[in-house]
Amino acid sequence: MDADWFHPVVDVESDNFWRGCREGKLLIKLCDACGRNHFYPRDYCPFCWSAATRWIEASGRGRLYSYSIVHQNPLPPFKDRCPYAIVIVALDEGPRMMANWDFDVPLDQLACDIPVTAVFREMDGVLSLPAFRPIG
Amino acid sequence: MGKRNVAIVGVAESDFGDTPHLSLNGVHSQAAARALADAGLEKTQIDGLFTTGGGSGLFPLEIAEHIGMKPTYIDSTGVGGSSWETFIEHAFTAIETGKCRTALLVYGSTPRSDMKKKLRGGELALAPRGIAQYETPFGPTVASRYGLIARRHMHEYGTKPEHLAAVAVAMRRNAERNPKAYIRTPITVEDVLASRMIADPLHLLDCCLRTDGGGAVIVTRADIASGCRKKPAWVIGTGGAASHVSMAHMDPMTVSPARRSAEIAFGEAGIVPKDIDVLQCYDSFTITVILTLEALGFCRPGEGGDFVADGKLAWDGALPTNTDGGGLSSNHPGMRGIFLLIEAVRQLRGESTAQIPDARVAVCTGTGGFMSHCGTVVLARD
Repeated sequence: MDADWFHPVVDVESDNFWRGCREGKLLIKLCDACGRNHFYPRDYCPFCWSAATRWIEASGRGRLYSYSIVHQNPLPPFKDRCPYAIVIVALDEGPRMMANWDFDVPLDQLACDIPVTAVFREMDGVLSLPAFRPIG
Repeated sequence: MGKRNVAIVGVAESDFGDTPHLSLNGVHSQAAARALADAGLEKTQIDGLFTTGGGSGLFPLEIAEHIGMKPTYIDSTGVGGSSWETFIEHAFTAIETGKCRTALLVYGSTPRSDMKKKLRGGELALAPRGIAQYETPFGPTVASRYGLIARRHMHEYGTKPEHLAAVAVAMRRNAERNPKAYIRTPITVEDVLASRMIADPLHLLDCCLRTDGGGAVIVTRADIASGCRKKPAWVIGTGGAASHVSMAHMDPMTVSPARRSAEIAFGEAGIVPKDIDVLQCYDSFTITVILTLEALGFCRPGEGGDFVADGKLAWDGALPTNTDGGGLSSNHPGMRGIFLLIEAVRQLRGESTAQIPDARVAVCTGTGGFMSHCGTVVLARD
């Protein structure tokens, strides 16, 4: 079985987000009806169900809410990457998102609530993924 | 306490552990036949089928056909391991409203044999489409999703790896009493901490087993229950609560949706935590138990680590929990909630291998996905 567990299947709600990653921009959505930001992006606001949502560029800054260091994952391409860390970051704009801890930052610098900023890493010539690094 | 109109009257496991001699459908058949015999009912009396969905969208119908049933009431709500507690809630409602007389809940899964046959791999990722496209590309494993939860709990409350380990040690003590438990070798906190890291902060022994196996539960109304072989285990309260699928949407990450499912179920049953004689608590990972204990109100938020540290979850402790050994030591085919019901009923009947004297009230709390959903069921004997 050669299922692809890595490349997102882009759809009409996600297309701008993934294009933003390729351009080095972290795009989230703002609802003009209720004024709240959300991520991941939806056409209809998950808070008030208004369709008046639009893309905004997030600062990329936030705080590391939690993390886990993956020591075992048999699936490609992750298998060869172990150990690596997944992180949940609370963006300064409000929403939380999952990403990787930037691959060249030592894992012993991981700590909850530290300030972090997003970078974008080209993974294989096709996909750019956000990763987070500590600030300062 | 709550009404006594609907009862569990039959419970059974299939063979579990390594079952290369059973097909996936065969696990279901064996469990169903054993539960029917346990209840002392006839197959023709069952008109409701509750089973989780599978690969084909018609999986519940495949199971119905395989076991030779044409049910008029069917449910395959798929919320992971808590599907079984959810099925009890749905069966309760269906029986109370007369839409169903006698319900069969039946489960089976053969991940261990499937891996040996190279029919599946060692990790089940969500395909990176739809909402999963925003997390799967970063390589989160099931264990690391629970690792995120554990890490945040440790950060906020000072929960230690030793606290998590104490849960695994207690489950193993319970498994020592159960001849059918998959692993019965005694372990210590030090053994857990010395086992290899799977998804920091979770070690190998913080993670549930992966076994083959299945189970079945038969639920019926009071007048039919009175004619069954064994004493009824009354369903006196149920509750369910959904939370998230994406880990970024678990907010806060330290609170299980069991807080809401238990509030509903305990309210319906008219009980408080101190009324509970024995607890069956989903233990996919050690952290699952700590969050669930806090959510059910056995201790305050953040105190779960200290609460479990003295071994009170073992069968001879103050809060006997997972007296069959749980998913950490007895069996875990993937969606384990049905085994919580089976062991709870055995406790109320006095049939457990780690029997609690005079157990009258048992609570089951199943957890599905990545603490994505919880279902709580309160059972009581006469």
